[in-house]
Parts: sequence; C-alpha cells; structure tokens
Amino acid sequence: MTNLRKKVYMAAGYNTISMGTGRKEFNPRTARPGIEHYMKEAGQATLSQIGGAVNVDEGVVGNFMAARFNKQAHLGAFMPMIDKALQFKPSISVEGACASGGLALITGIKSILAETADTVLCIGVEVQNSVKAIYGADILAGAGWFQNRKNGHAYFFPGQFSDRAGAYYEKFGREYTRKGLARWYQNAIENARLCPTAQEYHNTIADLLAAGMTDPNPKAFTDHLNYFDCSKVSDGASAIAIFSEEGLKRSGISKKNTVEVAGVGHAVEDITKDPEDLTILSTIREASRLALKSAGSTKEQLATVELHDCFSIAGVLGMEALGFAEHGKGAEFVSAGHTARNGKIPVNTTGGLIGWGHPTGATGVHMAVTIWEQLTGRAGANQILVPADRPYGMTINMGGDDKTVVAVVFKRGE
Amino acid sequence: MDYTTRLQKVSVLGAAGKMGSGILLLTALEMADLMLKSGNNQSVFVLNAIDASDEGLRGVLKYLKTQVLKAAEKKTVLLRRLYADRADLIENSEVIDAYVEEVMSLVRTSTRLESAYDSTLVFEAVSENQTLKEKLFRQINENNPTEPYFFTNTSSVPIGELNKNAALKGRIIGFHFYNPPAVQKLVELIKIGENPTELVDFANEFAKNLRKTVVPSNDVAGFIGNGHFMRDALYGLSEVERLSKDMPLHEAIYTIDKTTRDFLMRPMGIFQLIDYVGLDVVQFILRVMQPRMQGEKLHSLLLDELVLNGVKGGQFSDGSQKDGLFRYVKGKPVAVINKDANEYLDISLFNGARDSWIGEMPASVLPWKNLVKLADKETFLSSCFGALRTMNTPGAKLSVAFAQNSRDIARKLVKDGVAFSEKDVNTVLLTGFFHAYGPINDFV
Repeated sequence: MTNLRKKVYMAAGYNTISMGTGRKEFNPRTARPGIEHYMKEAGQATLSQIGGAVNVDEGVVGNFMAARFNKQAHLGAFMPMIDKALQFKPSISVEGACASGGLALITGIKSILAETADTVLCIGVEVQNSVKAIYGADILAGAGWFQNRKNGHAYFFPGQFSDRAGAYYEKFGREYTRKGLARWYQNAIENARLCPTAQEYHNTIADLLAAGMTDPNPKAFTDHLNYFDCSKVSDGASAIAIFSEEGLKRSGISKKNTVEVAGVGHAVEDITKDPEDLTILSTIREASRLALKSAGSTKEQLATVELHDCFSIAGVLGMEALGFAEHGKGAEFVSAGHTARNGKIPVNTTGGLIGWGHPTGATGVHMAVTIWEQLTGRAGANQILVPADRPYGMTINMGGDDKTVVAVVFKRGE
Repeated sequence: MDYTTRLQKVSVLGAAGKMGSGILLLTALEMADLMLKSGNNQSVFVLNAIDASDEGLRGVLKYLKTQVLKAAEKKTVLLRRLYADRADLIENSEVIDAYVEEVMSLVRTSTRLESAYDSTLVFEAVSENQTLKEKLFRQINENNPTEPYFFTNTSSVPIGELNKNAALKGRIIGFHFYNPPAVQKLVELIKIGENPTELVDFANEFAKNLRKTVVPSNDVAGFIGNGHFMRDALYGLSEVERLSKDMPLHEAIYTIDKTTRDFLMRPMGIFQLIDYVGLDVVQFILRVMQPRMQGEKLHSLLLDELVLNGVKGGQFSDGSQKDGLFRYVKGKPVAVINKDANEYLDISLFNGARDSWIGEMPASVLPWKNLVKLADKETFLSSCFGALRTMNTPGAKLSVAFAQNSRDIARKLVKDGVAFSEKDVNTVLLTGFFHAYGPINDFV
C-alpha cells in the first residue's frame, strides 16, 4: 500500500490493566476474569467515547491464541455481547501471532479505505494466565513454524531471541550488549511506573540496571537472556475506534482529539525460513520503511515510537532496523539513554511490552492507543513533549520471530 | 553392585506417611533420572510403596503425581534434552506428561511386606517404634537373598541397636530426612562401625544426587536434630510451668511461643513447632531418648497430660496443621488450649494485656522471613541481641534466656560427642529447622 487514498482517523482509545505477575491484585491461585470481561471493559469504554455502538458499522477483534489459552475461537461473534446495538453488524477476528492487534488495525483501516464502513470498533485481546508459563510457551510457540518446535527451547520464543542475543554478543561483545539490554529494561520499568494500567506499575526494584545485568541461567531458562529481558505473561485488552471523516462527524468527535493514520506498512517473511542474519530484524526494517514512505515522512520527524520489545534484544535490534542506530551500535544507542523518555527518540513511553505488558493479541492495539494518547496530549504522567517539527508517532507490531510486521505512522488530526 | 543397579529395585516402608511419601517422591525422581540417562532405558526399575493402609496408598499416588508434575514443570529444559530422541514428544506438555507417566510407572503400591523381598535397597519410614522397625527389618532380611541396604529414617533410635536386634550385619544406616523431605535440604547421616564402605559411599552419592546437605551425627539417641529440638521443647514446657504460677497456663503457652518466634526471629514459636511435629511424636521420641540418657530428665508431665487429653497436633494428609496446643486458621495460631476445660480460647481475648506485659521488641527485630534474606546477618543480629540484653522487659528476658539455653544444648551435643562440630549443629538448625542463625554464635 502506498499513500492512503482516503483520510483515516483513530480516537477513543482504552486499555484495561495488563494483568499478571507484578500486579498487586494478581493472584495465580484464584479464579480470574476471562476474555469476555476484558473485551467488554475495553469495548464499552471506547463505545462510551464515540456516542455508543449505534455509530459503529463494523467490528474487528485481534487475538492470537484464545483457541488454546481459553479454548475459545470465533471471537468476532463476541461483539454483540459488548453492546447489543452491535447485533447483526459485521465483525471478524484476525490472527497473525503477536501482530494480531496490528492486523486488527490494518483490517479496520482497509474497511474505511474500501468505504464499507465509516466507523470500526477495533479490539485486541488476550488472556494468557489461564495456563502456567511452561505450557503457555507451547501455545505461543505457534507463532513459529511448528516443524521447528521439536528442536526448540522449552521456552520457545525466549529461546529464539536468546539465539539472536547470542549472535549479537558474539559479533559485538557480550558485556557491551548486556549493558544496552539492561538499560532497555530500566527505561521500560521507569515508564511503566508512571502508568497505572501497566503490569510493572507496582515494580519496586531499587537498582533496575543491576537487575537487568543479572547473568542468564541456561539451566533454568535460556542461554543468553534473563527473566528481565523478557515481557511477562499478561491478560488484557485494548480498544480504539477507526473512522473516516464521515464517521467522525457522526460521532461528533473533533479532529484535534484524533490521530490521523499517515501511513501503513505491512510485511511478512517466510515462516518456514530461518533468519539469514540473526542480528538483523529485516521484516521490521521493511515494514517501517514502507510505513514512513506511505506517510511521506522520515524517522527524523518521529516524536515517539512504540516498538515491539517482547525481549530487550528485540528493542535493541529494532532501533537498528528503524535506522536510529547503525548495525552493531543499537546497544550503545540505548545505553546512552537515547530511547529513554527524555532521550533523542522516546520509545515505549508507557513501558512497552516489557514494562506495560504483552497480552499478545492486544499489543498492536495498545500501541495505537499509546500513540493516540501521546499525540493528543492525553498521556497523563507519561506525557512526552511532541515538538512541532516532529509531529509523527509510529507503532511497530511484530508477530513471531520477525515474520509478520505491521507498522503504522500517525500524526495528530487537524 | 554399582549405584544404578542398587537403585533398580527399591522399597519404601511407611510410604503413605508424611516422611515416607516424601522419600518415595525423591527416590522415584532419582530412579527416573537414572532410567532416562542413556544406556539405562532398557533396564527395569521398580519402586515399591509399602504401607499398611490401602487408603493411605491411594492418597500417596495422588500426592506423588502432583509432585512429580511440579518437578517436571520445573525441569522441562532438561527433560526436553533427555527426550530429544523421542520424535513423538514435541510440546512441553507432551514431554512433561511422558515423564510423569514414566515416573509413576516405576511405583507399585503394596500392603504386603513380601514386596520388599527382592529389593536391593529398603527405606524405612514407619512410626517411631523400635520394636516394629526391628520386626520389619528382620523379616525382610531373612527373606531377601540380595543382602539389601536398609536406610532408616528414624529420628531417635540408635542405629547400632537396630542393626544388632534385627541381625543386619552392618547393612543399615541412619538416613534422616527432615519434614517435608522434598523441601528440607538436610539429611542427618548416622553411620555405625559395622557399615561396609560401599554402603556409606552409596549413601553419600544418593544424598548428593538428591542435592541434600549431609550432616554426620554420632549414633546417640535423638542424634543432633532431635537432640536439640527435644531439649529446646522441654525447656519451653518447663518455662510455661514456671510462668503458670503467676498467669493462666494458656497465657504462658502463648507468651513462650510468641517470644521464641518474634523475639528470637524463628520461623515458628517453640509450641507451634511442637504442634507441627505432633505432641504424640515428641512424646514418643522422648520415650526413646530418656532411658538412654542417664542423669538427665527428658520428660514432661504437662506434655503427657495434654497427649492423654487428646491434644496431639500433627498434620493432615494435605499438609495443613491439625489443632494441637494451638488451633490454626490458614496456618496461623488463633486460639490456644485451655487444659483444664480441654477447649480452645481465642488468643484475641487476652493477647492485648499479655502483649503489654511481655513488652516491646527491640525496634530492629525483623520478622524471620525478612531476616533470612538479609546479607549480613551477623552484624544485624549482634546489634539486635545487644539491644535485647539491655531491655528489662519480661519478653526480652525470657527470649535471651531461651536463646542462651538453646546455645547450651547445642554445645552439650558437641561436648557429649553427638555432633562432630559446632558447625554441624548450626547446619542442622539452619537447614533442618529453617532457623535464620545457628544456636552457637557470638551474639546471644
């Protein structure tokens, strides 16, 4: 997709709490709400900001693996449960591993572009604490090629990204890299501590950098990553409404309270192929290039980025893929504080996947909500400065090991 | 006979008990690991879980399956490697299920002692009854042609006596786990002069593979662990009797339990610990020790009276605490026994006034769970006990006296040749009783 042929807006975002270990109210031994609860909470919160479900033409649900985590498929048909005014309206569920939320955004955007809808309710949801992490790892491994599962790590995806980290250590130095990864963790938690819905909001670790530098323990976990390098297991949902100009009018929403979709980039790579170079995220590189091109903007015009840091190494490699740092300099770029909230390019201002949480199918939508909050001045304690000459924000949502990537460039509606 | 062969045919006596089931679990996991290691896949491993109670054995299988599953979930990284050649096992859940099935397939439950007649290794964890233990050992030994090793979990009966009375020719060793065996790191190892070297080597290797901390003890009734605990408990009971001249007995029990837990920063007060072990078990152990300890009184009339009234403590099969000196809600004491009426009185009825009598703790005192995490305990405890010694409150005086008595008991164990060193006594209290500091120290 090149330049968008029609104006597309997003507004009325909402995030539930990202629930899981780390939250004080989380107790793995007691019964917890299911996907219905999260979809309702997020969906209804968005509907209440747009004049109700009567204004919605269509629904899209992004979800990765409810079919296994919750033994529940067919999520599109949950829309009328959120509001009975959605009864008999079209609704679908889309899946692309951890990029399912991004695909939900893309799907909604396409409906606007195709002029089959003026308002789309877009919800991302995942409830993963239904199983222990060791079994959750099996389920999440579905984001990779199943033929590779047998030889993969017990914690399959941490294993994949541990291999990437190992390759990066070998090329550019272990200590050097670990410092960058530890700083990534520190930034994530510091931002999350400002955001009441973040999973790490209650985090009290005094020396975050030291925690991040903890030596990986291959016996219990992976060879090259520790627990702090990883996003946690999360339950949560995010919702946002996608509009045409007509849709905005119908809901009575002023453009200044919206973000406009300036450009999109959506790319996939062959899931059956191993990465050519473990130290490069080539699909993120391609999708972000497409998105910026589609927006007619450059990375220098970005005020903030929401980057898919399922693992700290993905954050470092991501900064290189986006072109903010040269190959091999990503760790240094992060170590120097350039991605911190007061740095050159604030990344993941509410904590990202490591700090805010990673309810997998919801993450892409959560990213859009965060950018909407930042560009419209709604981010509360997390608010960063959006300079006039850098009016754009970008989301990069990745599925699997750099296999499906959805990048969206936003600017404030005007 | 090599290590692996020795562990191919094993029996656990008293397998449905709280110690027996833990020993069964650890042994099953060790046997399964040996079986999975390359080369042993074709060998047959058998673990007999023998107990008099059919119902108990049904419970133990359930316990075992739950625990093996937990163990498998923790070591899935390793299991995936061990099952690398099994093309049919792909997901973690498949690997874990296969392992659980494999471990469970080793275990045969039986109510008949005959099942142990071909075992090369026999663990004994029946009740602390010397005559019963000797009868079982003798019967197995007379009918088992393999000259098995006997590992007894006795916590009090001298191994030399069991060896002699059951005619085992030195093929018995004291291998004393702490409750619960799957969690507590400590094993007290009690050798006797007649032990063949191979048996001792095997015992050490087994303990090492179970990742246990081994503390050797001399063959003196009660060994180190109960040698200390029984005397600590008797001192607590005698303090209660002394205090009860000036206050109701139940308040005295509360007072000593509180000071030993909170002021001394132990995981449990001394009476909660007695409840945990069981008053009847404590009484049984004292009865084993008393005749063998000349010139020392190892007996409590108060304890006898309580047990006679049916106040026993101990645990339910799910590990929860039965009522004893205290009644428990979610593992916490909420009421205390009123001996004369044989009923429980809510602690909340009297603890306000009693706590003011006991007096404040030093400001620096930490709850046990925080103390264990502290890096420099020595400095902290020096200042803490320093403060405690200068305080003039009943609570401070009772707790300092208790700690000093505990230290004297520990030193006497070394002096009497029960323990080989002061360090060994401290290790037992640290790893078997989860204390945050050893009884022999410079700050008490």
